[in-house]
Amino acid sequence: MSADNNVIISVKDLKKYYNDGEVKALDGVTTDIKKGEVVVVIGPSGSGKSTFLRSLNLLERPTGGTITFEGSDIMAPSTDINKLRQKMGMVFQHFNLFPHLTILRNMTIAPMKLNGLSKEDAEKKALSLLERVGLADRAKAYPSQLSGGQKQRIAIVRALAMDPEVMLFDEPTSALDPEMVGEVLDVMKNLAKAGMTMVCVTHEMGFAREVGTRVIFMDCGRIIEENTPEQIFTNPQNERLKSFLQKVL
Amino acid sequence: MSDQSNLPVQEPALVNKAKKANLILVFGILSVLFSIIPLAGIVFAILAFCLFAKNRSARTLMKAEVGKTLAIIGIFVNIIASAIELLFYPLNNPPSWLSVLRSDFLASSFWIDFENNFISEKRYLYIFKGLGVTFEVTFFAVLLGIALGVIVALVRSSYDTLKEEMRGGFGKGLLWFFNKLCGVYLTVIRGTPVVVQLMIIYFVIFASSNNKILVAVLAFGINSGAYVAEIIRGGIMSIDRGQFEAGRSLGFGYVRTMAFIIIPQAFKTVLPALANEFIVLIKETSVSGYVGLQELTKGGDIIRSRTYSAFMPLIAVAIIYLVIVMFFSWLVSLLERRLKNSER
Ligand SMILES: Nc1ncnc2c1ncn2[C@@H]1O[C@H](COP(=O)(O)OP(=O)(O)O)[C@@H](O)[C@H]1O
Ligand SMILES: [Mg+2]
Repeated sequence: MSADNNVIISVKDLKKYYNDGEVKALDGVTTDIKKGEVVVVIGPSGSGKSTFLRSLNLLERPTGGTITFEGSDIMAPSTDINKLRQKMGMVFQHFNLFPHLTILRNMTIAPMKLNGLSKEDAEKKALSLLERVGLADRAKAYPSQLSGGQKQRIAIVRALAMDPEVMLFDEPTSALDPEMVGEVLDVMKNLAKAGMTMVCVTHEMGFAREVGTRVIFMDCGRIIEENTPEQIFTNPQNERLKSFLQKVL
Repeated sequence: MSDQSNLPVQEPALVNKAKKANLILVFGILSVLFSIIPLAGIVFAILAFCLFAKNRSARTLMKAEVGKTLAIIGIFVNIIASAIELLFYPLNNPPSWLSVLRSDFLASSFWIDFENNFISEKRYLYIFKGLGVTFEVTFFAVLLGIALGVIVALVRSSYDTLKEEMRGGFGKGLLWFFNKLCGVYLTVIRGTPVVVQLMIIYFVIFASSNNKILVAVLAFGINSGAYVAEIIRGGIMSIDRGQFEAGRSLGFGYVRTMAFIIIPQAFKTVLPALANEFIVLIKETSVSGYVGLQELTKGGDIIRSRTYSAFMPLIAVAIIYLVIVMFFSWLVSLLERRLKNSER
């Protein structure tokens, strides 16, 4: 039992194959995510970043390997996957707000139905979260009435309303107009500073530098290099990472 | 919070537009209500039309659209009511031209035919009662069809989504079985004519029962369910996969994600198609005569067999179907517009 007490998620030799092994989206990924870490995952398109992230809360079922969350195997038949997902908030590239519900309802539906919060308590909490991201005045609006940046900020606080222990971000700013990227990154930075454990797939290298505690570079379904942002950006070792950084920086 | 501070002030043009639309609606309603009084309804209808023609902006509002259609209905009802009153309203001293008109009309072959087909021996009752039966069968068949359709659609789309996620075992086997069962149901029902299904249910399955309405409701409900199932499944599949994933990632299980997130959205998109299914069913029930159910078509046909004149009763039946279908189609178009508006 040499496991560090601070490790929340431990991934060992994770594999995900498609088409009977023809496509190896993940080909043996091993890493630990510790409490309070902000892990930034970078890599070219198709390198398996989304698959890795989505395996963590079992939106994708891995073909092999193990994932433990707070010490217990999440793929064990006895694990309640829905309970587990409540502890991992997820933010998607395309927001995925519920268009038939108001912003407030988007944020209160899960706490009310899953945590048994009263309507009052859930709304109070939602409103204070909305205030944190400067959108309290849009509580009664529908998602279609918001800009992309606003939608993504709502998606983040919707996930936060469940009090997750980890937040997973899959390219949260990639679908946004450039002028809206900043407002979403600001929310994420504040979240990181508040001590949230985060795993972020992103192409925002500035964000990785500023708040990332560790950067993972993936290619062809594997972790090629893993280090502090400093080291990754100023002293990359692997050739593929070097050429990738040349393209994106 | 800047809740109230920057709400847009209602523009005067907008208020004006809404007022005009309300006025059109009121005139439309009045034109129908006053159609008993000869020509009065027409005046209101014309007022509604003028307003509708002059105010391009108000036309976009649903109320104006409803008002205009009511005005059209008002004109038709008014013309018919006026004609009936002109010919039959009891007067002590009718002017001589009216007396001539009335006696000419009563002697005309149209009236003799009409009287013979609909009035003598209260034959209009075949039409009225038949219409009632048509509505009754259609209404309950639609309810049954939607209930069946939702269940079948859920089984089939659950199987599609869950077959990878579920671990083997009893639950998966059960779902597999129900999925196959639903597949057979869809193939059989959509592969055979509804009349044949109706006759099988009446003469084979319910051979001992004589409740023809129940049989018709079952036959058309079961038939409609197959089509409704595919409509609803299409609606469920049309919802972006991200919605499902967002629901699951918040911690909702499959059932709750469907119930709170997917079904409400899917239902909204398929509502017009479901309403259309109702319209189709109204016409389809016209084959119920095959098992001796006296609905609208059979009613007209009975009159034909009594009076030996085909034109009047069959045309009357056709007109009634046409009016009903046009009316409900219009309601569906309003519904579609409404749903489109609410999406933005
Ligand atoms: N459902 C799927 N079926 C087949 N191949 C897939 C599927 N999902 C992802 N892949 C493949 O897996 C690889 C990794 O995809 P992904 O994790 O989305 O990459 P990234 O997020 O880094 O762009 C890609 O080659 C992609 O084509
Ligand atoms: Mg991706």
